[in-house]
Amino acid sequence: MSGAYDRGLIEDFGRWREFSAGMWAWVLHKFTGWVLIGYLFTHVAVLSTFLQGEATYNATLSGLESLLVVRVLEVGLLAVAVFHILNGLRLLFVDLGIGLGSQDRSFYASLVLTGAIVVASVPTFLAGAI
Amino acid sequence: MADYYSSFERSGTRWLLQRITAAFLVVVLAFHFMLLHFVNHAAEIRFAGTSVRMQQAGYAITMILFLLTATFHGVNGIYNALVNQGLTGTKLTAVKTVLVLAGLLLVAQGIRLALAMNGFL
Repeated sequence: MSGAYDRGLIEDFGRWREFSAGMWAWVLHKFTGWVLIGYLFTHVAVLSTFLQGEATYNATLSGLESLLVVRVLEVGLLAVAVFHILNGLRLLFVDLGIGLGSQDRSFYASLVLTGAIVVASVPTFLAGAI
Repeated sequence: MADYYSSFERSGTRWLLQRITAAFLVVVLAFHFMLLHFVNHAAEIRFAGTSVRMQQAGYAITMILFLLTATFHGVNGIYNALVNQGLTGTKLTAVKTVLVLAGLLLVAQGIRLALAMNGFL
């Protein structure tokens, strides 16, 4: 039988200096989640130009991809998605009772791996835009 | 030190669905990024290529499942975040209604789009 873990009110962001690794993981997971669901709505809206026909769809996608700011935002999206995936895996394992004792180290590993994957992906994402 | 901590109500249906969709999304989101950013570069995506991919039944079904699970996972995640933030009562009911409607509209538009890309519509 387990009890509730009194972590204090994490929603009180004024306490951020006191946040532990797990609390930062929670904050970043929520932040990346908000970004991803926001992007999902935008993504479906952009892809909906398919319904207007081939010329509109091609012009919209190639027009967006020709903008450097869009390419940079895509790198940001990759960072957000990779962190959410890796931290989500960490959460799934913790929910299964695996790795709770090293949850802080697995959070740091998620951050490092996210950084490495994003840095390695930058050339692919910016190819042709600069 | 507790054995676990989760902001979700354990043993609830939404708690379980959030985790089942998470397990599915980990794989499909990674696949989606790999296919449309590394195998096919995003800048090279065109109408014809999209149509060819979506005409493969397995791919189209995977993308529709991706839409359904991502919408549930995201909308339910926002709802849970707002509950954690302390939203209750009428405000919570209003937000829940908006989230459900937005989710249903997104799924409807996404399926309509997927069927058009597939050539069914």
